Amino acid sequence: MCGIAALQVRNPELRPQLGTLLSTMLCEIVDRGPDSAGLAIYDNPQLNGAGQSTLSLLGADLAITPADVDRLLEHLLPEGAASTVRVVGDTTLVSSGVPAGELAAAVAQASPGAVVAGRGERVTVMKSVGHPMEVAERHGLDGMYGTQAVSHTRMATESAVTAGGSHPFSVADDLCLVHNGSFSNHASVRRELKRLGVGFDSENDTEVGARYIAHRLEQGDDLETALVNLGQVLDGFYTLVVTTADSMAVVRDPIACKPAIIAETDDWVAMASEFRALAELPGIENARIFEPEPGKVYAWSL
Amino acid sequence: MTTTLDSLPAQGPRHAGGTARVFDLKADGVRDLNRAIHQAPAGESFTVENPSGKHSLAVGVNAGIDVEINGHAGYYAAGMNQGGRIAIRGNAGVGVAENMMSGTVHVTGDASQAAGATAHGGLLVIDGNASARCGISMKGVDIVVGGSIGHMSAFMAQAGRLVVCGDAGDALGDSIYEARLYVKGTVASLGADCVAKAMRPEHLAELGELLRAAGRGDDPADFTRYGSARTLYNFHVDNSSAY
Repeated sequence: MCGIAALQVRNPELRPQLGTLLSTMLCEIVDRGPDSAGLAIYDNPQLNGAGQSTLSLLGADLAITPADVDRLLEHLLPEGAASTVRVVGDTTLVSSGVPAGELAAAVAQASPGAVVAGRGERVTVMKSVGHPMEVAERHGLDGMYGTQAVSHTRMATESAVTAGGSHPFSVADDLCLVHNGSFSNHASVRRELKRLGVGFDSENDTEVGARYIAHRLEQGDDLETALVNLGQVLDGFYTLVVTTADSMAVVRDPIACKPAIIAETDDWVAMASEFRALAELPGIENARIFEPEPGKVYAWSL
Repeated sequence: MTTTLDSLPAQGPRHAGGTARVFDLKADGVRDLNRAIHQAPAGESFTVENPSGKHSLAVGVNAGIDVEINGHAGYYAAGMNQGGRIAIRGNAGVGVAENMMSGTVHVTGDASQAAGATAHGGLLVIDGNASARCGISMKGVDIVVGGSIGHMSAFMAQAGRLVVCGDAGDALGDSIYEARLYVKGTVASLGADCVAKAMRPEHLAELGELLRAAGRGDDPADFTRYGSARTLYNFHVDNSSAY
């Protein structure tokens, strides 16, 4: 099954409550996928320092120190600037004042086995195996400030129950994808993308979707066009939520196999697998509530 | 006789000036609600507050009782209803009134996918829209939708009537058997073996009765009837190479 809950907060006054609101949503979709979970939070000042790139690495016990990173980035870092390494729950965050690509290259040298779960200047990705509410608690979701966030509870089908196989998949700067469903032709699309030079971290079908979107965005598509193109290339069942630095989009496969419901007020727009995840949002009683139509891309900008 | 929203006897305490049993799902459990509903004799009334999209509300009603759900219901609300009168004052999730046998289910908002799936009898009224696969494999139920319905509705519909006051999505009535479909607006596309048919006097009469049963004032003359062309009923030897 899998469960999705995503929230974009338009009203700045509600942004300090983003984590708490997402937590109430996540709680209601746990039944849909209790084996592992993932969260992506945008614009949290404790997680993403201004003017810095942050990499979210899987695991809390990586042998990586700020000194290692600084040494590798010496030629890029401004005089006196230092990198930081912090552990939040099961996630290691490495931040530095260089582009995310440079930071990723340095981290790959400093800690060759490290898996990058998220990257960018605006987003932090936290994912782990276990009960989704425990994963959320270990990362301190309650009370987190943010502008938008997505969460996913997974019932694994296409690849193993691992932190790496959990969603979201964040494979380009500030881009995240969560997926309910399965892509049936992911192996052939993966082969095609590899041929074009795209690298992969996991055997997961959703990663193929994320890599495909990142590839299309690189080719110049806007998010909406990239999702329309995804519908032409990837076959299978899907409800997808994609977030970028300043937008959120929802799309379902053309026969709408997987559920989705959207609620929108002046203060926020929320998407979830089921209404019950939206039931506790402030002002839900006056929200515009609708099911996204099959094959149609819905997008909202911050 | 067509079941109507008002035709079932309503003798519960609520209607005799008394009170209904109230389940507030902020505190009470869904299992407790359903257990009480299963044990209630005909004539009892129940009110459900704060449903908050919970699943399986008022499932398995087996007596002439009244249930009023004040808010949005989750999956499979009012499933397998037999003789009850169930009102959902809000939206309903996937599979509302699935496999209903008799009685009425009234959704004042929208319904998600597979509304009235496989239902054998009774009346399902949805004042808003219903999404994909409305009335899939319906086996005798009457469904009246005030708004529009999604794709693949009335797929393999065997018996009963589906009335749509708005538009229908793609592949309406694919592989339909003997259910009758009435659509007021446009049909995006018809499924295999589903065709438009003439509105004869008996169809205008039964549609008028269904609209009245649902408390609606639409004019039957504005609707088009769709049904089976019956070309898939028998095996054609020309198709043998496909097997």
